[in-house]
Amino acid sequence: MTPGLTAISYLAASALFILSLSGLASPRTARRGNLLGIAGMIIAIVATLLSPSITNYQWIFGALLVGGSIGTFIALRISMTNLPQLIAAFHSLVGLAAVLVAAVALYSPEVFGLGQFGHVRSSSLIEMSLGTIVGAITFSGSVIAFTKLQGLIGGQPLLFPGQQYLNGLMALSIIGSCVYFVNTGESEYFWIMAGLAFLFGVMSILPIGGADMPVVISMLNSFSGWAASGIGFTLSNHLLIITGALVGSSGAILSYIMCKGMNRSLMDVLLGGFGTNGGSVAAHREKRPIHAGSAEDAAYLLNNVGSVVVVPGYGMAVAHAQHAIKELYNVLKAKNVKIRFAIHPVAGRMPGHMNVLLAEAGVPYEDVLELESINQDFSATDVSLVIGANDITNPIARTDPTSSIYGMPVLSVDKSNNVLFIKRSLAPGYAGIDNELFYRDNTMMLFGDAKKVVDDILKALA
Amino acid sequence: MQPLNLPDSLHSVASTAEHHSDFTIMVTIFVLAVFVGYYVVWKVTPALHSPLMAVTNAISSIIVVGALIAVGLSEMSRSGVIGIVAIVLAAVNISGGFLVTQRMLEMFKGKNRKSVGP
Repeated sequence: MTPGLTAISYLAASALFILSLSGLASPRTARRGNLLGIAGMIIAIVATLLSPSITNYQWIFGALLVGGSIGTFIALRISMTNLPQLIAAFHSLVGLAAVLVAAVALYSPEVFGLGQFGHVRSSSLIEMSLGTIVGAITFSGSVIAFTKLQGLIGGQPLLFPGQQYLNGLMALSIIGSCVYFVNTGESEYFWIMAGLAFLFGVMSILPIGGADMPVVISMLNSFSGWAASGIGFTLSNHLLIITGALVGSSGAILSYIMCKGMNRSLMDVLLGGFGTNGGSVAAHREKRPIHAGSAEDAAYLLNNVGSVVVVPGYGMAVAHAQHAIKELYNVLKAKNVKIRFAIHPVAGRMPGHMNVLLAEAGVPYEDVLELESINQDFSATDVSLVIGANDITNPIARTDPTSSIYGMPVLSVDKSNNVLFIKRSLAPGYAGIDNELFYRDNTMMLFGDAKKVVDDILKALA
Repeated sequence: MQPLNLPDSLHSVASTAEHHSDFTIMVTIFVLAVFVGYYVVWKVTPALHSPLMAVTNAISSIIVVGALIAVGLSEMSRSGVIGIVAIVLAAVNISGGFLVTQRMLEMFKGKNRKSVGP
């Protein structure tokens, strides 16, 4: 294959990747989009392998086969509830691969036409450093995000005094080692730089708590793209630059949407520790009366309504309650109840988390609505059923300017005639503040595991 | 920069100039691709944000191209071995990322099942 033909194939692959993303505009075109993405990847790999003077085919095919089988095995086995940690783990692989490719460019620059080892242009070394630093941060940051999501280490923010100074110091050392590396081209500085970036990734994700994971995971998604772009600059490979830029901007947009869903800036999230200084609130909380109900009470209420909106949160994912909720959906649909789902942008642990779980359970996507499209309907809703969500329903975000979540867009469940709140306890949510909704006259608290409570309601309805 | 060890210093000067124009082209492509990404991704429906992350993760393993060149053109020494590890990692991502996206998308069904699918 001539270089010209390779370039054309790379262009075709880039175009297919763009079409793949634009396919996601609607569930109807999304699967075709994914297939176009696969086609783009195959074209890119085949075109590369057919370039002149490529050898070592047995090693290449061996490596592709091993990696491909592992990926296939994981993707087929993973349960949808574990999706956030899977995505985090995958991001880490891209980050590590970027560092490794940069290392090859360092040791064997002649392979990529960058000159001889030790005599590489400064501009190439700078590009190499950028790819390495971003790649290493993506790798270690994603590993920490993975361990938090998998529950291997607590989801609590990890804070200690002087943390921000330490992180600042580390960022400066990364830049310092980068300068040394670019000036000397020596591999020791390369690895010091990579090691520091690796540490920086660990330290910057540790202080971030579980419910901020949608932002973190989107940001790492973005980073993995920028890392690929950085490597593209190093290797003067347009396909890598384009694809990396697409992924990078996609992740950046998702981070922005997630931050807006919490009314917080990216900086706020990164500095971490949200909700940890709210501990005093729970302490001086007076014992206010609540209305606790049983599954039978809930069933009685649901037997006499015309419209229901279900608000799922992370608790639904933890309890694997989505299938029971789909049952409830079927039962109420059969009674001609208008039942729909309201999804807050940051519900769950990654963007779109709730949508995937509900889709898995078989809820038609037409009945799953975003905050903006359903929020004005709550006032005409008989019952709001909140399942494992908390902060995203707290009316205090609209009313109390002193609250830490003031200004955050919330689902207006308080405007519906009745609220059924399935929750394990009265414990405050991630923000560490009390939910005004618990104490309303028209709120009925149903304590227990989300799946168990929904199952009980189903039994009582039958 | 001293053009040490290079076969021909004149050639090196020319290639430096070439490199600069290369760099301009690369930055141009990069910036335009960011814009394309920006406009395409804003059109993605929020319901599909999880598949979006999975598929972007899969296509970011395009980094495999760098690893393939590394292994394909180098001796089976240190660089070759590093390259092989990179290929394995990227391959996990490619197959895993696209497959899990497909699995997710299979689940998104509308009320009118006939309208779903190409």
